[in-house]
Amino acid sequence: MTLLSVRDLTVKFATRNEPVTALHGISFDIAQGERVGVVGESGAGKSITGFALMNLLSKPGFIDSGQILFEGQDVTQMSDRAVRKLRGNRMAMIFQDPMVTLNPVLTIGQQMIETLRAHRRLSYDEARQIALVKLKGVYIPSPEERLDQYPHELSGGMRQRIVIAIALLLDPQLIIADEPTTALDVTIQADIMELLLELCRSNMVGLMLITHDLGVVSQVTERTLVMYAGRIIESGKTRAIINDPQHPYTQGLINALPQQTPPGTRLRQIPGSMPTLSMMPSGCPFNPRCELATDLCRANMPDITQFGEVQVACHEVQRLQADLNTAEAAQ
Amino acid sequence: MSETQSDSPLLRIENLEKRFDVDSGFLESLRFRGGRIRRETRAVHAVNNISFDVNRGEAVCVVGESGCGKSTVARMVANLLTPSGGEIHYDGQRIDTLHGKALMPIRSKIQMVFQNPYASLNPRMTIGQSLEEPTKFHNPTLSNGDIRDKITGVMKSVGIDPAWTARYPHELSGGQRQRIAIARALTVDPEFIVADEPISALDVSIQAQVLNLMLQMQEDHGITYLFITHDLSVVEHFGTKVAVLYLGSICEVADTRTLFAAPKHPYTKALLSAVPQLKDDSPNHIRLKGEIPTPIDLPDGCPFQTRCPMANARCRAEKPAAFQQPDGAIVACHAVEEGRSEPGVTLQEAV
Repeated sequence: MTLLSVRDLTVKFATRNEPVTALHGISFDIAQGERVGVVGESGAGKSITGFALMNLLSKPGFIDSGQILFEGQDVTQMSDRAVRKLRGNRMAMIFQDPMVTLNPVLTIGQQMIETLRAHRRLSYDEARQIALVKLKGVYIPSPEERLDQYPHELSGGMRQRIVIAIALLLDPQLIIADEPTTALDVTIQADIMELLLELCRSNMVGLMLITHDLGVVSQVTERTLVMYAGRIIESGKTRAIINDPQHPYTQGLINALPQQTPPGTRLRQIPGSMPTLSMMPSGCPFNPRCELATDLCRANMPDITQFGEVQVACHEVQRLQADLNTAEAAQ
Repeated sequence: MSETQSDSPLLRIENLEKRFDVDSGFLESLRFRGGRIRRETRAVHAVNNISFDVNRGEAVCVVGESGCGKSTVARMVANLLTPSGGEIHYDGQRIDTLHGKALMPIRSKIQMVFQNPYASLNPRMTIGQSLEEPTKFHNPTLSNGDIRDKITGVMKSVGIDPAWTARYPHELSGGQRQRIAIARALTVDPEFIVADEPISALDVSIQAQVLNLMLQMQEDHGITYLFITHDLSVVEHFGTKVAVLYLGSICEVADTRTLFAAPKHPYTKALLSAVPQLKDDSPNHIRLKGEIPTPIDLPDGCPFQTRCPMANARCRAEKPAAFQQPDGAIVACHAVEEGRSEPGVTLQEAV
């Protein structure tokens, strides 16, 4: 069953001149309990997507058009009050830096109990009991003591686990995790990712994992969206995208990883860098960096088409498919 | 260059130590213990008794998690910090005791590239000025024309258009800025570059560009690198030798191939297994108990014993000495020495 359905979502940022477009009409679905990865480089629009889903865009950003259907309701049309009921309750967000997410002047317990009592009619003691159970669920040692501690008394890994516990407090249907382990060390990252994966699996919670790390996406998610310059340029099963990427950008991104070339040899780099929002090239946004770019790519933005197991937005892939079709027809 | 010089390592680090005082003021240092007030100053033990060599033409990588002292080592080698103990020898000369004028020739031989090119370039200086300053300083006899030629050459070699000298750092992207930072290090013709996480602030596709540039410089100018990083896939690609640090102490030093093929120290094993692999969808890493202790109160014995799955009474009492393995790796671990086998850790114990 579809949990979240995003249709033609366009997000713009007001500037002194014309508003600039950060998201160009993106569409995707997340099913109940499905884990979806969103990958891309900085400026691709991954975090903006996450914020827009929670209706958390702050000025000068705004949703220009499109629909965000969560459990059948359009988040973009909801009143502030209705959205507040949704946030933290039906969908929760985990941010990159737990030191910034947690309030430094409130104890862990106060923050958890506050969240619970804001959404449900619970007594203080009942809320504290639920908080304890959730802390145990993320394997926090001696949870009773932790409830009365402040965030600065805990280590980075422990803080991020508390943030996960808070996200899970009200048993949400969807967790949006925006680079949840980027601020943590490798050994801690591995534990947190495993924990997140286990919790999502056992509670049937949908996960939207925003990250730049293809390795993490490959290990945690079932489906992947690749974003570039405010567009989804490729999407499909994670396995299919990692093993057989179609879009030249996805191919470049995977091939640029040091694991993909023998030690000591040159890495296969993508020339240039991502265009800024105000200097977007015409046609396909990747065309200035693409080896296969033709005049068509410089003129028109390609539509998203099915190719094998993945959906791709690329003229070259479409041409390839057309060739294949004519070859088949000739046979 | 004489025979003896080429045989000896270019950089030799011996028993290097660095402590940072935490309680710097008089009142901060007062403690109430055992019924009386005493003066005690606590210190962060950032680097404890580290020794390794860097040979000419090598790219030695120092890896470890945050707080393990890898950046402190880099800064001491670049002479930006004074060691609390131990010695640093460069090309047969002890450099950690040098000051002022005597340090000048060393400064032009050892250059440093920092992590964040947004912070390491002066925002009020044009690219040209940023590159000109070190060139003039270290080559006072060069004419302005020669300096311009040199800068143009260096900018071309790092793939930046020489016409950009009039631009300011904010006009450039992260990858371009890091190229400028590398170009600035190259203007004084260094033999040795200390690079402290030079690519971790950059995007994946840009990381490849900068890493390729550094490989290119190694071939063209014969530069030796001390490369500080937390990213093991970069180490495998770039490094010839790896030193794994944990809490200011060396766990393992080995050739890159040896280390990746046969890691020995339990921490090295855990670190390698924690790297998310592209083609493997079932996360199956070696879990460690808890998290890194604070370097103010170092644990007794082996620094890794609090998280080590193989720790026993000896590990908790006695700090292991580094010893050489048959394949050349240098490992500091009692368990490896005794050949103890490894039990598993559950997720609950780990986190």
